[in-house]
Amino acid sequence: MKRLRAIFLAPARTINFVLFLAPMAIVLAYSLLSRGVYGGVERPWTFESYTRLIDPLYGGILLRSFWISVLSTGVCLVLGFPMALFIARSGARRNLYLNLVMLPFWTSFLVRTYAWMFLLRDTGLINTVLQSLGIIHEPLPLLYNDGAVILGLVYGYLPFMILPLYTTLERLDKSLLEASADLGATPFVTLTRIIIPLSAPGIRAGSILVFITCLGAYLTPDLLGGSKTVMIGNVIQNQFTSARDWPFGAAASLALMALVMVMLLVVLRRDKEQML
Amino acid sequence: MKQRALGFYAVLVYAFLHVPLLVLAVFSFNSSKFTVWKGFSLDWYKAAFHDAGLVEAAVNSLIIATVASLLATIAGTLCAYGLWKRSAPILSNSLYLSLVTPEIVTGISLLALFQWMFRFLKIQLGMHTVILAHIAFTLAYVVIVVMARLRTFDPALEEAAMDLGATEWQAFRQVTLPSILPGVLAAGLLAFTVSIDDYVITSLVAGVDSETLPMVIFQMARRGVSPVVNAISTLIVIALGGLILLSERIQR
Repeated sequence: MKRLRAIFLAPARTINFVLFLAPMAIVLAYSLLSRGVYGGVERPWTFESYTRLIDPLYGGILLRSFWISVLSTGVCLVLGFPMALFIARSGARRNLYLNLVMLPFWTSFLVRTYAWMFLLRDTGLINTVLQSLGIIHEPLPLLYNDGAVILGLVYGYLPFMILPLYTTLERLDKSLLEASADLGATPFVTLTRIIIPLSAPGIRAGSILVFITCLGAYLTPDLLGGSKTVMIGNVIQNQFTSARDWPFGAAASLALMALVMVMLLVVLRRDKEQML
Repeated sequence: MKQRALGFYAVLVYAFLHVPLLVLAVFSFNSSKFTVWKGFSLDWYKAAFHDAGLVEAAVNSLIIATVASLLATIAGTLCAYGLWKRSAPILSNSLYLSLVTPEIVTGISLLALFQWMFRFLKIQLGMHTVILAHIAFTLAYVVIVVMARLRTFDPALEEAAMDLGATEWQAFRQVTLPSILPGVLAAGLLAFTVSIDDYVITSLVAGVDSETLPMVIFQMARRGVSPVVNAISTLIVIALGGLILLSERIQR
């Protein structure tokens, strides 16, 4: 019994160790070394990369990533909650409606981001239509700003919000809603006093999921934000490619990982069964 | 009444989710290269299929996704079965952690590993490093999907098989595996979809000879919108959408 199980776990253990844990350990080591003359890393060991994280330039980018993620999460929550409520109440059609949300989610993320470039750019569909209708005469600067990035993130990760919300709302005991109505509560009061508090685990799970995904975003800010909206993911990528400052890139990666893990732990401690 | 208001709202959200892709698909058939409809044409599809770089990248993508998802499915299925027999908290937590690690961090950590290894081995970045990276990040998806299927499987069936003289391996091979096979196939398809679509990790660990389709699309998109990209995008959405529907079917 034990032997077979050990053999079965061995490939996954090896992959996980060699291709996940070991690389993370290397990143940790790199973050504590100095930048090499031709890229790469050199001794001596130092904390310098971490102290540079809080210098105004990078601190500003961290803060901006944080705010863009908070805003995107907020928009997802506001958009997603009524949607999840709708799906949870649709009876037999629930699965169909849920699949209609998930289908675009599983098709290429890159293509979905590109679709917004196609719509938003100066000669894109929205500007072309508005101009031919005579509503505007100059193209609106829709692409390459914070708004476009938030739009792209919301578009990309809305299903991450809807799915956990749906799961909690679907389990909601209907008799509580009836009781609330019988006792004279208006639908609004039922929503704010019964439905929302009871779906708190779903709200937390969905928000954390969207937030941590947005925080690590790389593709969306690169394509929709252009050079103006830089997020922490772009800084990390840049350190390992053109800037050739691996220790700093490694330190930024670990700072991002630490943020993600702290948030997950906070939620996991509260709602054990919610996650996965 | 309230459900009707919600329904109206839902239509708007569905439009938000689906219309951008539909518009993209419609304009891939536009004969003009500008965003003004000038008539139906398949020119951009023809152009896409005649672009040697694109075709090569598509072939690379297919090879990488097939090999990586196959290996990840085997390792992931065995792992899920092992974890289902008895939990291994360190392994499963580490798998979950790999799932929530931002892609850019996974990418640079693998790049750092490969660069470090190249000091001792005389190899370069290429298809093999991309395949290894893809196995690494699709493994957790497979484990989760197969695990979900195993939770609905009755362990008594395996015990019965062993009572009747089957070895552990025979019980797994002839009783458990056939019964969880739909979950395994669905997991494989999911791993394939996630692998073939990846840009962030792939672009960091790919070499000159291993450009994938998302890498080429990304470079084209960065240079500006082109109807050829619209055409490839449409094909990708249809192909991946089909695969996902298929995997949903199998799982039922």
